[in-house]
Amino acid sequence: MTARARLAVFLAAAAVIAAFFTAACTHLPPFGTDSHPYGERAVAAALDRRTANVVSSVNFDIRAFDTLGEESILFGTVLGATLLLRRARDERHRRAEAERVVPTTRLFGALLLPIALVVGVYVVAHGQLSPGGGFQGGVVLATALHLAYVAVDYRALKKLRPLAVLDVADSLAAASYSLVGLAGLIAGGAFLENVLPLGTFNTITSGGTVPVLNAVVGVEVACGLIALLAHFLDQAVELTDPDQQRYGDT
Amino acid sequence: MNQWLIGVAVAFVVLAATTAVLTRDPTRQAVVLSVLGLGLAVLFAVLQAPDVALSQLAVGTALTPLLILLTVRKVTRRPTHPDDHPATGDDGQEQK
Repeated sequence: MTARARLAVFLAAAAVIAAFFTAACTHLPPFGTDSHPYGERAVAAALDRRTANVVSSVNFDIRAFDTLGEESILFGTVLGATLLLRRARDERHRRAEAERVVPTTRLFGALLLPIALVVGVYVVAHGQLSPGGGFQGGVVLATALHLAYVAVDYRALKKLRPLAVLDVADSLAAASYSLVGLAGLIAGGAFLENVLPLGTFNTITSGGTVPVLNAVVGVEVACGLIALLAHFLDQAVELTDPDQQRYGDT
Repeated sequence: MNQWLIGVAVAFVVLAATTAVLTRDPTRQAVVLSVLGLGLAVLFAVLQAPDVALSQLAVGTALTPLLILLTVRKVTRRPTHPDDHPATGDDGQEQK
């Protein structure tokens, strides 16, 4: 397809989408009004389950099944990346070497690494109370660990990152979400039913299954992302394919 | 609500997104994407969605550009020594 034809197809499709999108948007309620029909119902439902963070209540209680799908997407992504980025037969492994780092960078990393890890755990643990939750906290935890690479070198990061343990933890956490759902099915009659005692409003144990699912997702996201980044980093830092062009397609 | 703040955030996001599309070099694009992620995080925070802002900050500003940069590094390293002496792994230490 020539560039002109491609442009023509794109413009035609864009015009159709723009027309329908504009037509759909004219039926939306105006921006920034005081009436929020969905929000009012969601807040009422969240307060009913004694969950202070309404978004967490929607994600892990009212719409917990949707989150199971999202969590499975991440798990599948990590699995696919692990499969694709495994060491190929013609790739040569080269151990990363110790490296010199500017002292200020080292100090910055050494100070920030524990703080960032604590922040990650805090965000996971307080998902049912304040903005944040398993996903956000898990990403903070996963990226915080990589400060070790910035502050020291790749070998230090590898010591901090037991990949076999993380892989198992990732799978167990992904399975635990479904197990909590099955527990709800057995005890309450519906998959992912909130069957645990709801506790006192605005305390760390409130919300029934919400903090449990938050923690499970936190572990899964943190372990999954560390494993994902590990394969990317291995490819970029340690694995070399010296003469792929000479051996042809492999 | 502070309409002006929302307007500024939306304008910044539109500007950054257009720049990201028009940038052709993947390395620069990663940096622009990072800035775009920051703008989106500010926009979500201004629109009272701190949960989404946190996700955006973590994924869009830190994780995605990092993955892009690592991929670019892996992909672009090969043509640096395509000639007849096979690489013995003495280069590629410039990542710091």
